[in-house]
Amino acid sequence: MSMMMAQSKSESQPIPVTPPRAAVAPGIKMEAKGLKAWFGKSQALKGIDLPLAENQVTAIIGPSGCGKSTFVRCLNRMHEVVPGAHATGTVTLDGADIYGAGTDPVLVRRRVGMVFQKPNPFPTMSIRENVLAGLRLNGRRPADAAALVETSLRQVALWDEVKDRLDRAGTSLSGGQQQRLCIARALALEPEVLLMDEPCSALDPIATARIEELIHEIGQRYTIVIVTHNMQQAARVSHYTAFFYMGELIEHAPTDRMFTQPSNPKTEDYITGRFG
Amino acid sequence: MKRPSAHDTEVAIRPARRPLFGDVNLGDRLAQSGGALIAGIVVVILAALVLQMIQASTPAFSKFGLGFLFSSKWDPVKDDYGALPFLYGTVVSSIGALIIAVPVAFGVAIFLSELAPSWLRGPVGFTIELLAAIPSVVYGLWGIFVLKPFMAEYVGPVLKSTLGWLPLFQGPYDGLGMLTGALILSIMILPTIASISRDVLRAAPPTLREGALALGATRWEAIRYAVLPNVRSGLVGAVLLGLGRALGETMAITMVIGNKVDISASLFEKSSTMASQIANQYSEASDMQLAALTEIALVLFAVTLLFNVGARILVWRTGRMPGGGRSA
Repeated sequence: MSMMMAQSKSESQPIPVTPPRAAVAPGIKMEAKGLKAWFGKSQALKGIDLPLAENQVTAIIGPSGCGKSTFVRCLNRMHEVVPGAHATGTVTLDGADIYGAGTDPVLVRRRVGMVFQKPNPFPTMSIRENVLAGLRLNGRRPADAAALVETSLRQVALWDEVKDRLDRAGTSLSGGQQQRLCIARALALEPEVLLMDEPCSALDPIATARIEELIHEIGQRYTIVIVTHNMQQAARVSHYTAFFYMGELIEHAPTDRMFTQPSNPKTEDYITGRFG
Repeated sequence: MKRPSAHDTEVAIRPARRPLFGDVNLGDRLAQSGGALIAGIVVVILAALVLQMIQASTPAFSKFGLGFLFSSKWDPVKDDYGALPFLYGTVVSSIGALIIAVPVAFGVAIFLSELAPSWLRGPVGFTIELLAAIPSVVYGLWGIFVLKPFMAEYVGPVLKSTLGWLPLFQGPYDGLGMLTGALILSIMILPTIASISRDVLRAAPPTLREGALALGATRWEAIRYAVLPNVRSGLVGAVLLGLGRALGETMAITMVIGNKVDISASLFEKSSTMASQIANQYSEASDMQLAALTEIALVLFAVTLLFNVGARILVWRTGRMPGGGRSA
């Protein structure tokens, strides 16, 4: 399977899919129920009901402005960080509502990690400090910081590339390395869920392929939600795919079924490149 | 439908050979030369000002030399002048103002850029900037009629009873003096420092803040560990611009500092600054005294210029931080 399959709007055949692993009937790690989100007065999500399978990769696809980024930002309460933005409805994490009264968004974010579209290592920190930044922010002192740095960087296959220059600035790395550093930084906190908001859109095809391999590997241990505008990427890395359109969830199915026999004509139109 | 080809319309759109000569950009060139002229005038005025000051202060400079900066005499009868008390007064009142104003200004800036709800940011920011628009003499009057009695009655006695053992708070205090001067200055430089710091904080890339928040940082931790380290030089620049304003401030501080030619460790003591001394004496001064005042002005100008240039460089460097939020 080519990792760099060209995405073509005119492609009329459904995209062939080789799912990473057969989706076994998994438990539900997180679930959105009636989730609505606004930016000021404009509504970005119009009531989303979507369960997210435990230790599986769920891809969120859809055209620009469909609310897919807003959705994942609601899963760790990052949506409300934008001035004027708010959300209603429930999102459960292991059955507990993260929007419930008395829930601290800071504690939610320590269990639900996030990787952003643009790699954002802290520029004033070294590679090592970047990996440990989350723990430092949470006031935790790891028993063995050096081991944690190595484990985290090995998980993202960055250790061999940077082990001799851990004291260099995180921003001295290439874009793809920076993004893997950001993933390592998130993983160092041992989150239960990892949200990835178009993690490869700022990267070249080779760096993208590496991140996708990485998602394969860590997807067995973490519940991952990845937003992507690249349908081949969704097909390559995910077990489940959810298709968003205009703030609504159109279809949610195992990835192989979604890309071979979509049940909704809108989904079919989108994945065959008729719009979007 | 057949699109009309270029050939069909050739005659219509190309009536004749279009000339290559002529002057279609006259307006552009007029605007350019006009603008250059006006911009040039500013430079010429500044140069003329400096030259004039150097010329007018030459008698004092040739008489006292560099010793002018280290002498604390100010004796119009014997025509013996030195700038040290005023240098001291300017430096101490300005640093005092910074000590009072900077923590408040940073607090305001962090509140406005990071913590305040969006509906509050505009009005509060505007009010802060309005403080900068109040004329200096109004601050001075307020200083004399409100701040002076308040300082004499409440602040002075409290400081004396708690920190009276420090050399900073010795002697009688009637509400006028170095402390009151520094306080007035601090209020006047607060809006400068606060609004520039706010802009500097806003220019910090939001991805830094979001990155920290997504790692489970509290809002304060995100500011402390992700935002502030990246804007440090910009904040220093904001402080230096405030300092530049404090150094040159004249009217208000002249009205409350007491205008005594003296160097004293006590902040209760009356004092003078370079600006206040010039304002007080220029109208009656002539000959050597005028030359001495002009030399003080020159020194003040040099000091202020130095701080402003340093501040601009620091603010500019923050604006072009790698991965910076501002595109400019």
